[in-house]
Amino acid sequence: MKCKVCRDRAVIDIRRHNAGFCKDHFLEHLTGQVAKTIKEFSMFESDDRLLVAVSGGKDSLALWDILLNLGYDATGFYLDLGIGAYSRASKDASVSFAEQRSAKLIVRSLAQEHGLTVPELSKLTGRVPCSGCGLNKRYEFNRAALEEGFDVLVTGHNLDDEVATLFGNVLHWNVDMLGRQAPVLEERALEESGTALVRKVKPLVRVAERETAAYALLRGIDYIVEECPLVEGNVQHRYKEAITLLEEASPGTKHQMYFGFLKKASHRFQQEPDGAEVVACSTCGAPTAVWDPARAAVCSFCKTKALALKRKSEGSVARPPRKRRTH
Amino acid sequence: MKVKLRNPDRTVEVSGPTNVRALLEELGIVPEAVLVIRDATLLTRDEDVFEDDEIEVRPVLSGGAR
Repeated sequence: MKCKVCRDRAVIDIRRHNAGFCKDHFLEHLTGQVAKTIKEFSMFESDDRLLVAVSGGKDSLALWDILLNLGYDATGFYLDLGIGAYSRASKDASVSFAEQRSAKLIVRSLAQEHGLTVPELSKLTGRVPCSGCGLNKRYEFNRAALEEGFDVLVTGHNLDDEVATLFGNVLHWNVDMLGRQAPVLEERALEESGTALVRKVKPLVRVAERETAAYALLRGIDYIVEECPLVEGNVQHRYKEAITLLEEASPGTKHQMYFGFLKKASHRFQQEPDGAEVVACSTCGAPTAVWDPARAAVCSFCKTKALALKRKSEGSVARPPRKRRTH
Repeated sequence: MKVKLRNPDRTVEVSGPTNVRALLEELGIVPEAVLVIRDATLLTRDEDVFEDDEIEVRPVLSGGAR
């Protein structure tokens, strides 16, 4: 196969674009796709301070690399989840990348911040690990962005992630989640508590997971290839496998599903039919949705943390995690 | 040829010469779900691979909380 641009030997085929690329033109192509997405969705400006959530994996490190190459003021944020050797390796990959690029990386640890790790949280509360992990990451990413004064929180969600989430939300008709699925989630500030949900953006939504892996490899980024040991049986992974089979049979399926949704359907779900009101959490002050104003507003993070710490002090554990969906 | 597979890490022997498309088919792997690597370079589906090659088939789909 030849490179679409220079006719040199291609190193990657992108079947949905009906094109092959050599190394240099692939890196250029991918960077262009990210720049196009940032512009198309007005994600941020050149003088915004960006906090990039990095996990040591291919997506977040590739994204950070691209943002730095594009000249953005992009600081990394790594959250140590306390998942044994996996967390140590993912932290090493993040720290090593930051050092090589002379980029600033903020490192925090769940155990140090809250006295809990993701495996402990799962054991103590009965939440499946991916569910507790997602809750902690969303909370800590936002807290770090607020405390450190960043304008925008940037995550490495790629096209496959977004399609798998969309697929799951449609399978289960999670209409409120469908209403919130977008490449940009606007800031929601609460004047009463002085806190906010920081503006959140996903510049990789146009890029397939296979392409971020190829980018990382070709750029010599030493990302963590191993899967998280707690991910086994995760439903998001099964959705991705199913979608990959469809993409293999019909290139462009993923792009059509996601961008078709954004163009033709997402606006139909964007009202808040559940009547939720966003108020300050009575424990930590973070914005949280409440459905019954008569009840004390405590955010999911604080509820879960309180339960876990109570059980930890009592020396009790929950029943084994239920088999349930995670998004 | 030696073919390194991931998650969990293991190595299998596949006879060559063949090409990437046929190699993946023999291993029952969907091409869209992996990168095929030889000497730190990526291979497209139509590339030939040979008996003496050392190939890595690296999965690209990640799961979990995103």
